[in-house]
Amino acid sequence: MIPRHLQIALAVLLAAALGLSIYAWHVRKTVAATPVAPVDTRPLAPPVTGPTEKVVLYVAQDDDGTLRAQPAQIPMPSGRQQRAEELARALISLYLDKNSPHVIGAGTEVRSVFLVDPGGVVIDMNGAFADSHRSGVLVEELTVASLIHTITANTPNILRVKILIDGKERETLAGHADLSSFYEVAAVDQLASQLQAGP
Amino acid sequence: MAAGTHRRDRGPGTNSSRSDWRYAGATCIALILASAILVSGAPAEKHLSVYSVAANYSVPIVQREGRDYVGLLEVLEPLGRVSGKTDGTRWRLRYNNVEANFTAGANRAQVMGRDADLGGKFVLENKRGLVPLGALNSLLPRILGGPVALHELSDRLFIGSVATHFTASLASDDPPRLVFHFSAPVNPSIANEPGALHMTFRREPLVGPASPTLTFGSKAMPSASYSESNGSAVVTVKTSVPVMASFSNDGRSITVAATPAPQTGAAPTPAPPSTQTAAQNAPAANAAPANVPPAAVPHYFAVVDASHGGDDHGESLSSTLLEKDVTLALARSLRQELQSRGISTVVLRDSDANLPLDQRAIFANADHAAIYIALHAASSGHGVRVFTAMLPFGSDDHGPFRSWTTAQHDWLSPSQSTANAVAGELQKRQLPVKNVAAPLRPLNNITGPAIAVEVAPQGADANQVMAPDYQQLVTSAVATAIASLRDQLAGAQPQP
Repeated sequence: MIPRHLQIALAVLLAAALGLSIYAWHVRKTVAATPVAPVDTRPLAPPVTGPTEKVVLYVAQDDDGTLRAQPAQIPMPSGRQQRAEELARALISLYLDKNSPHVIGAGTEVRSVFLVDPGGVVIDMNGAFADSHRSGVLVEELTVASLIHTITANTPNILRVKILIDGKERETLAGHADLSSFYEVAAVDQLASQLQAGP
Repeated sequence: MAAGTHRRDRGPGTNSSRSDWRYAGATCIALILASAILVSGAPAEKHLSVYSVAANYSVPIVQREGRDYVGLLEVLEPLGRVSGKTDGTRWRLRYNNVEANFTAGANRAQVMGRDADLGGKFVLENKRGLVPLGALNSLLPRILGGPVALHELSDRLFIGSVATHFTASLASDDPPRLVFHFSAPVNPSIANEPGALHMTFRREPLVGPASPTLTFGSKAMPSASYSESNGSAVVTVKTSVPVMASFSNDGRSITVAATPAPQTGAAPTPAPPSTQTAAQNAPAANAAPANVPPAAVPHYFAVVDASHGGDDHGESLSSTLLEKDVTLALARSLRQELQSRGISTVVLRDSDANLPLDQRAIFANADHAAIYIALHAASSGHGVRVFTAMLPFGSDDHGPFRSWTTAQHDWLSPSQSTANAVAGELQKRQLPVKNVAAPLRPLNNITGPAIAVEVAPQGADANQVMAPDYQQLVTSAVATAIASLRDQLAGAQPQP
């Protein structure tokens, strides 16, 4: 015979297991439908300290679909590559602000920016940048043009730019803007001029 | 008893007690595992697809006592005035002027005073009356006063004479074409996989032919089969070559045609074939011909591309509005506007089908269309944007052959002229316009004049992009501009 205390323990465990399975059955759909609280992946403050420098950020404006040159004073390191990275970070920080004129998805971060000789830049963004970006030809184009032009206008001798997502090539940003090829800086400059001219 | 035996065999005290705990522990783990399997293996929610003259819709199927049940109110609500009243275990249903009485747990019901067999117990839950799925066959004809056909195994219910029939015939062209004719317009989802093309009809009351398998005696497309499951009908075409489906006759015909095999050398583009779907040419080793032979006559003057489609929804403009649906409506409207101006036009994606970007460019290039127009829609901003290609860095040109990624290079000038004309015509209609280059595929792969048009609402309401009058305002402007450039576009030459 099984001792009484074991019988009681077994009965309690049985009841608990059955109760839990019934509860799990009922909440299964509810759990699937409950939105998961987004992880707070807001970028940290720029790690660079020291003297600031005046740069020009090319900021997309959703209301009229233009790029606007906006002077900014940001800490800038001496290295060319680090400077390019800080420019990208400054622009993304501006877009993540609640009063941003061009909203991009929360959690967007610049993973790194590499300079590749001769005249190449690779901008590596995190997955949230593409996954949470709004879809549309113009809205995606504004982001791409703004990011590339901000870096290349403040960093001389850049001829071509590639945007990666999580270190990998992606077909498009959010269904429209092509990310599969290198951007020609001359063409982006021309586009930036068109976009700065207004509607 | 097993535990007792253990105690006797293993001797006193501690060992037997440990064995009992192990036994209890193992039982609990087994129970928890069984529960986990039970929960994870729960079947997906089933739906009954209902087709009627009034509406096509679906209602959830629930499981009671191991059988499929549906709520009578849910089935009848889209068809007319319906109400249910609970009185203890009794439930009274009223549909228009018909009254039916049900009793919880009873196998029979009364419809207009006459007995009806439910084939199972009636279930009353939260004032909702649930009947076995099979009972609809006997109940609905009495309640609705008309014929009803229930396909119980595939969860499809046909109310009245709503069925869509189809026939299939093989046209022995080269390449062969399999043409499906439907008795009503259809808009299936089309999926291509090696060896088969599947057309899934979820919204259409499609019914199968007398024999579920049709054979054609073609090596490229030997057979097609019809099947039903989970509220859908599926037509599967067996293929031994890559195929592509195209729509015509206002959605009443679907043509499945073999696509020509990709060329492996830098050969010139062949003259355009005489059929729409055969007019394709794969990118040859990632290169496209730089020059179109001057003698080539366009089969279609304009190729209108409804961007996105199938699994690619594009932007979700609102909770109910997808970009792929807006672009299709815009494309059809533009085709009508162009054709009314005497311009032969083909819509590349005339259904909700997946169509890769390369295929879109291949079609336009092989057709030697005088103008390629890609259509997009957006909720952000306002007005209309007209785009030309922004070419990527570098090219891999070899002699007379252009790199696939910069194939548009020699055609940028006529493309920009067209974009300017379209923007001008839109401005004349007081529409806000932006005219810029864009890194937008497949514009850069087109060997001919090519533009893209993105339509956004004029105000804050994204649904305006689906409004027929707004769409016509935009498409008539585009068509007028194209018509004004007809001679220039017809004689456009590449400009290296």
